[in-house]
Amino acid sequence: MPILHKNIYLLLKKKEMNYYRYILVLSLFLSYSTKAQDLITFHTYEELNIYIEKNSDKPLVINFWATWCAPCIKELPYFEKLNKENSNIKILAVSLDFNKQVENKLIPFLKKKNYSFAKGYMAEKNFNNWVPKIDENWSGSIPATLIIDQNKRVFVEHEFESFEELNEFVNQSIK
Amino acid sequence: MRKIAFLTLFVCFLMSFTNEGGYKIGDKATDFKLKSVDNKVYSMADYKNAKGFIIIFTCNHCPFAVKYEDRIIDLANKYKSKGYVLLAINPNDPVSYPADSFDAMKIRAKEKGFTFPYLFDEDQKIYPQYGATKTPHVFLLDKNLIVKYIGAIDDNVEEPSEVKEKYLENAIAALEKGNEPSPAVTKAIGCSIKAKK
Repeated sequence: MPILHKNIYLLLKKKEMNYYRYILVLSLFLSYSTKAQDLITFHTYEELNIYIEKNSDKPLVINFWATWCAPCIKELPYFEKLNKENSNIKILAVSLDFNKQVENKLIPFLKKKNYSFAKGYMAEKNFNNWVPKIDENWSGSIPATLIIDQNKRVFVEHEFESFEELNEFVNQSIK
Repeated sequence: MRKIAFLTLFVCFLMSFTNEGGYKIGDKATDFKLKSVDNKVYSMADYKNAKGFIIIFTCNHCPFAVKYEDRIIDLANKYKSKGYVLLAINPNDPVSYPADSFDAMKIRAKEKGFTFPYLFDEDQKIYPQYGATKTPHVFLLDKNLIVKYIGAIDDNVEEPSEVKEKYLENAIAALEKGNEPSPAVTKAIGCSIKAKK
């Protein structure tokens, strides 16, 4: 968080007696605001599509998951590793968690894991309104992953068993 | 060699979603002999007078399936008197999900007071034939075991009170009138079925 560092630096420079209090307030404020900034809520498929279009400069890997899906949670670290190792792609993990569990389950989970990839949340709960638009062959199970590279789309309804498998699959899909 | 192996894997991926397998509308479904939580073996052939069958692949562990439990109980009760038989099948490998073991199924059925057979696809031979990929996943069959509807129970897993379209019930109503259900296929989100390794 470069902004935080900068602010602390400025505050330190002022050498005010109560700068600790400022830092505390500032940190609290930032932790709340990043929480809100971190999770992008997609209310409709169209909103997700706008995100896709805005992020078309690099191959985009979208993983659909939920905190209630055990195999999804298992493969998230592979996406994290991919995100850290390959700066030529962008990764977005879209959660399908229940609307009522965003505050008490999804956000605490993401906070704890502190993943560096982009995090989204799909609030549209009538799946027939958007699942077929992601891929008409998607039967609806998760985990599922969509790779978009310019006009090419590759979709898999599959759980990656290792980082190597995911990495190889992504590389094959975008070349 | 490594490259060929991965290429093959990639091709398999591509094939896996161009050729999905499983039943399509109009296919004849296979009958089965599966044991239920009462230790009896059930088969669709046992129900000579059934007007149709509601086959629901479901399980204990999946929160999506749990959200639908009460609705499944209501459906079983409602349609029993109309001549439709509801059979729930747990397709999961209990090694992957201990909560889906046969013993755990018995406990859950008792807790919830299931009034319908809760079958165990122990050898995992039935769910791939149907093409079930997740729980819950519904297949509606007519009395001749012809597949008439595949997909979700309704359009709102989270809030039963906010359901706008009861896909399964509408499909049964269509059968009652001698019509083809529309939609005959819907998308349903759920927990992917775990195969034995």
